[in-house]
Amino acid sequence: MTAVRMGGGLGFYGDSHDPALELITAGDVQYVGFDHLAELTLAILAKDRARDPRLGFARDLIPLLRDLWPAARAHGVRLISNAGGLNPWAAARAAAEVARTVGIEAVIGVVVGDDVMGQLPAVCWTDGGDEPDRVPVFANAYLGAAPIQQALAGGADLVITGRVADSALFLGAAAHAWGWDLADAHPSAAAIQRLAAAAVAGHLLECSGQVTGGNHSGDWRHIEGLDHIGYPIAELDADGRLTITKVTGSGGRVSVDTVREQLLYEVHNPARYLTPDVTVDLTEVELQREGADRVAVRGVRGHARPGRYKVLAGYRQGFLGQGVVGFSWPDALEKAQAAAAIIERQAAARGLSPHPPRAEYLGVSAFHGPLAPAADPAGTNEVYLRMALPTDSRAQAEAFSRLFPPLALSGPPTASGFFGVDRVRELFAAKSGTIARHAVDEAVAVVVRPAARFLDGG
Amino acid sequence: MRRQLVDVATCRSGDKGNLLDLSLMMPDAAAYAVVSAQVTSAAVARHLAPWADGPVARYELPRLCALKFVVDGALDGGAAASLRVDNLGKTLGAALLRLEIDWPDDGPARPRF
Repeated sequence: MTAVRMGGGLGFYGDSHDPALELITAGDVQYVGFDHLAELTLAILAKDRARDPRLGFARDLIPLLRDLWPAARAHGVRLISNAGGLNPWAAARAAAEVARTVGIEAVIGVVVGDDVMGQLPAVCWTDGGDEPDRVPVFANAYLGAAPIQQALAGGADLVITGRVADSALFLGAAAHAWGWDLADAHPSAAAIQRLAAAAVAGHLLECSGQVTGGNHSGDWRHIEGLDHIGYPIAELDADGRLTITKVTGSGGRVSVDTVREQLLYEVHNPARYLTPDVTVDLTEVELQREGADRVAVRGVRGHARPGRYKVLAGYRQGFLGQGVVGFSWPDALEKAQAAAAIIERQAAARGLSPHPPRAEYLGVSAFHGPLAPAADPAGTNEVYLRMALPTDSRAQAEAFSRLFPPLALSGPPTASGFFGVDRVRELFAAKSGTIARHAVDEAVAVVVRPAARFLDGG
Repeated sequence: MRRQLVDVATCRSGDKGNLLDLSLMMPDAAAYAVVSAQVTSAAVARHLAPWADGPVARYELPRLCALKFVVDGALDGGAAASLRVDNLGKTLGAALLRLEIDWPDDGPARPRF
């Protein structure tokens, strides 16, 4: 093997996994990683778990495995997913059910130990410190790649984790493929450079279509086939030489520009992009086109990994009630503003919240606010009013949403285009910090078993 | 002459907590030189003042012809707490492209987008 080939199969809870099938059947990959967890996805999963202790994982894992796992087994592709969320055991049991239903034999590896709810006093909070000192809904450390490597070494065809760094889903696979030693706290300069390249590979894969032409701020007009976009493939050799590509014939594009845009996405300080396995320096990176939909990533450098794990905790922060209604020319904006004033007075009269609602005018200024040029009041064809109110209770939020439909008969003229009463959203605040690695590592466990054995009570 | 950044650069935004993370990307070194000389962290903070109250950090990537900006306090408390319709700040990269800068009359040609 000259290079390990890994595919990025999912970018968030709810993303399409259809393009991952093509990765498995036509991508010549050995591993596909699935990133289900955005920052506060765990807050959603906490609500599920509170309702039913068998939940608390990303439930899109079930249809995903149903659709992909048989092909993955047939092609010898191993799957790595952080769908475990707050309940990796439950995710493993659900996966084992899928294996039984679709009739495949497989080995599942589970990684647990990222939950630090029991170690909150050991967390050093660095951001969101003004958050009142109350009990979070969840608090998890971002684990590194070592337990994933361990699960793969133990023979897992499917690795299920809770919170791990997104890049670790892929770095763990690369480390297994090349036999890298992730336990070494003081790796050589060459080893650090390899790890950094693998972390960059993971970073480029973790957002699925966002590196293959999706959400591309550049030449988006001429990117063809986003309806059948190809998800990304990383080729990584033993020395950390990295190329990004996709399945030939799939839609989208891999170009220097699409790779540059994802390379820089959400890295904050590009000279010190922190992952639990290595600190990455992107400042000397050069991207080179190697052919159609192939881009080489050169010059990735690294430094020793941080001494502590990142921790993210989520806190309940009440509820959000919202409503949306459209108004037509003539005087569309003026009518929408009049409707907003009606709703605001009604919300106040009913005591729904100590706060005023937020009013936004879609089609006029909702996205850029005062940065957008003023709309021509006479010429605007239509305007959508969207209002949001933070409330203490779900009932108050629902009551706010129900203020909107009556505008049809009792508000300014031409109210139209209702989408029904909006669903209430629960709000969460986040607080982040760090925790000593050893405090977490002692609790990390990797369990690898035949799938059927997860059905026996776990 | 004055030009909006949209004529000479592209931008993608991301979020982490209440931080807005912007990548401003130029087509070549000449455009990078003009933009990086003027689009300082102070200029970005001034421009995004209606949206962000925190400090702005700026990072330079001359090899990639790109600048990174990390804008604190820009997301109404973060995606899961925000009342905004664009709770993730996905459109705020485009908002940065509304910024006007001085552009040399004989400056590099506008990019192809």
